[in-house]
Amino acid sequence: MPSNKTLIAIPAWNEAGSIAKVVASVKEHRPDADILVVNDGSTDSTAQEAQESGARVVSLPFNVGVGGAMRTAFLYAQREGYQALVQVDADGQHDPADLDRLIEGLKESDIVVGTRFHPESMYFVGGPRRWAMVLLSKALSWMNKGTISDPTSGFRSAGPKAIELFAIEYPADYLGDTVGSLSIAIRQGLVVHEAPVTMYFRQVGRPSKNALWSALYLGRATLAILVTGLKSNRTPREDAS
Amino acid sequence: MTANILAAAAALITFGFVFFLLRRGALREKYAVLWLFFSGAALFFAVFPGAIIWLSRILGVAQPVNLLFFVTVVLLVLVSVQLSYELSRHEMRIRRLAEEVALLRDEISEIRRDRDGN
Repeated sequence: MPSNKTLIAIPAWNEAGSIAKVVASVKEHRPDADILVVNDGSTDSTAQEAQESGARVVSLPFNVGVGGAMRTAFLYAQREGYQALVQVDADGQHDPADLDRLIEGLKESDIVVGTRFHPESMYFVGGPRRWAMVLLSKALSWMNKGTISDPTSGFRSAGPKAIELFAIEYPADYLGDTVGSLSIAIRQGLVVHEAPVTMYFRQVGRPSKNALWSALYLGRATLAILVTGLKSNRTPREDAS
Repeated sequence: MTANILAAAAALITFGFVFFLLRRGALREKYAVLWLFFSGAALFFAVFPGAIIWLSRILGVAQPVNLLFFVTVVLLVLVSVQLSYELSRHEMRIRRLAEEVALLRDEISEIRRDRDGN
């Protein structure tokens, strides 16, 4: 089995419109890496498209959310002995050109979070959503004793220690797969760094952007931070298989 | 007096229904025992209303009926919390199983490919 290989994990739920393109461009940038698409109970042709574009496809029997899809990927990486895992979104928002930077960063850290907030970034959010992100960023940076400017980013890499940890525990709640997982890693003493990445606008589908949704997001973000901050370090019995 | 008969009848029906479910194997003992205990207690207080009056005097509750309501609400809240706990545990376990199923399915198809291919 590949001992020094990198696994690119792409959680996908009904992304038939973009998955083939994403797999192809990841392949183009990192021909040396293996690609695993975790099909999270899609009802469209996501699995088939991914398979045909040359990725390995693992299909969950029903939709479990990004957290469950990612834990499946971490379990796979752990069992197959991968030393690095990079999570890439299936909707084509992430630029595979940034993969190198995220993988390189693992030499000095256990997790590298791709941040969409940096001087050259075109990415912008406003309103309550912005406040929520600032709040989350402040809280996690404080926990980490080092800046994490974009804790909700789904473009990130994990080294061997993080793979071990996340194969056992990876939260499935809302924001748990991004903010919650980072909080768990920091509390376990893992080193978390960040690296600037490019963010494309969604290729298919559109992000929700109304006021009510934003307010809800702020509330849930606060809850997520409180819950992960106060959570006991003990892994739940049923989770530690 | 009719109110007592009504309460006793309700308690009896609950008790009987839970017992029926338990016998059919539709309810696990750990939940059934709880409801059997509740309906048993309700039946007791319906038959001996003096017990409630005596209890509320000891506890300093002016209206015996308030003691009844208070205890009932507390018990029902506890049961709901317990059910949420069980539900969360099951969701976690189901998620873990789904992940395992996905990986096992992948492993099986790989083994099949190797067997049929070569």
